[in-house]
Amino acid sequence: MTDTVPGPSDRPGTVTSGRKKLTRRQEFERRQKRRSATIAATSTAIVVGALVIFVPLTPGWDKVRKSFFDGELFNDSFPRLLEAFVKNLQIFAWSTPFILVIGMLLAIFRNVRTPALFPLRLFAAAYTDVFRGVPVILTILLIGFGVPGLGLDRPYNSPYLWGSVALVLAYSAYVAEVFRAGIESVHESQRAGARSLGLSSTQTMRHVIVPQAIRRVIPPLMNDMVSLQKDVALVSLIGPIEILRQAGIDKSKFANFTPYVAAAVIFLVLTIPETRFVDWLSARERRRTSGTAVR
Amino acid sequence: MIPKLQLIDVRKSFGSRVVLDGVSIDIADREVVAFVGASGSGKSTLLRCVNLLEPIDDGQVVVDDVDISVPGLPVDPIRRRIGMVFQSFNLFPHMNVLKNLSLAPRKVLGVSRSEAENTARELLERLGLGDRADAFPDQLSGGQQQRVAIARSLAMSPEILLLDEITSALDPELVGEVLDVVRELKGGGMTMLIVTHEMAFAREIADRVCFLHQGQIAEVAPPDKFFSAPENDRTRQFLQRVIESGRF
Repeated sequence: MTDTVPGPSDRPGTVTSGRKKLTRRQEFERRQKRRSATIAATSTAIVVGALVIFVPLTPGWDKVRKSFFDGELFNDSFPRLLEAFVKNLQIFAWSTPFILVIGMLLAIFRNVRTPALFPLRLFAAAYTDVFRGVPVILTILLIGFGVPGLGLDRPYNSPYLWGSVALVLAYSAYVAEVFRAGIESVHESQRAGARSLGLSSTQTMRHVIVPQAIRRVIPPLMNDMVSLQKDVALVSLIGPIEILRQAGIDKSKFANFTPYVAAAVIFLVLTIPETRFVDWLSARERRRTSGTAVR
Repeated sequence: MIPKLQLIDVRKSFGSRVVLDGVSIDIADREVVAFVGASGSGKSTLLRCVNLLEPIDDGQVVVDDVDISVPGLPVDPIRRRIGMVFQSFNLFPHMNVLKNLSLAPRKVLGVSRSEAENTARELLERLGLGDRADAFPDQLSGGQQQRVAIARSLAMSPEILLLDEITSALDPELVGEVLDVVRELKGGGMTMLIVTHEMAFAREIADRVCFLHQGQIAEVAPPDKFFSAPENDRTRQFLQRVIESGRF
């Protein structure tokens, strides 16, 4: 970038600053940057200061604070919630591999061109249409209550099992669409290059198209995984004591919403870094594929 | 003697647009034929039809006296005998040079990994790319990428090589290194069909030059005759335009 390349020292218009000579452009950019930083810091300080001073002065703030931000209650229920959150992580952890594998299979099925395998293609299309079109919560209720309700014996009537199955069904449909978009984004010339070497269409898919597709869809895929992590909480509706249900229990016990806020904090601690990471990945991918950014 | 490759009345349309309107030519073993003509004259489509990337509508593509264009014939075993190099290289960006070269020999011919990589290294050495085996395509110059693409085709030991405007996407100063490789291949006796806009190169390397006009062969002649005493009016007009544009 410009700020790492010192300009030729004998050029007219260069300004001496510190130990390195900066070009006029670099001098200007440095001033500009300093100015922007000062303005941003000042305006942020003013806004935050105003919030801290004026919000507690609003009528009813005491009530709000007691109902949502009760420190004692927060400390009391936090460890219980954290313990319950392990359940969420477990459900997330064992669902994810199934989602990725099934999603990829569905995406490949949808690209199958062999007439004999047309039923697979049809099935994949119908599957993604159905499970993408139905709210996740409905799938969870249907599978989570419905299947154990058929009179299955233990352990096959576990709500953990069927809750996870419901999540896998719904999310593999989303992930299949992501993979499909990735597969279709690989340029036709790659297929031509591979086929001209004598690779079969299956080999071309396996060694040339899919590896490139996966690389491209990692950012949107991570996005879906962050959503999944939150949607695991929906399984609470069919019984398992995970974090949301534990928070509900505590909320009812103390008639106070602080446990919900505590649960939200636990989610945020995980999801905010994750989404930032995804943003960073996407930005990197954009930089890599679209050349220089225009200011 | 049986020609290496025969095109017999090859026809190809995209929708209502006729691209190849009955092309016939015999190409001998070890012969190099350059195809020239205006954009849209069907040159590139002709090459894609030869290795069946485009199925032809009618006519025959015959290799070693065997019709390879019979509809329904498995195409993969045929393609491995006919190499193709593209204008835009079409290297696999997620693999390094060595993998680009060894993928098809390993997966299609069942060659062992070590053997495929040895062959690949020898080829790279021959093409002056011995030190780039571990590089990824994006880390190479256009000329190097195109030489890697040629090496990738050669790794399958093709009997016929199709070169589709292989220097069109290159900066002028990089064209030479790629053409050097083609010269070397001709020295080695490779049968080649070359689509090109480099008239000087066509004149130098081709045994015959073939002028395509509106999906038909308007004229085929040895280069000296083709460029100095063309018989066809269309050829004359074409060469006139090429000379005026300063490209020859």
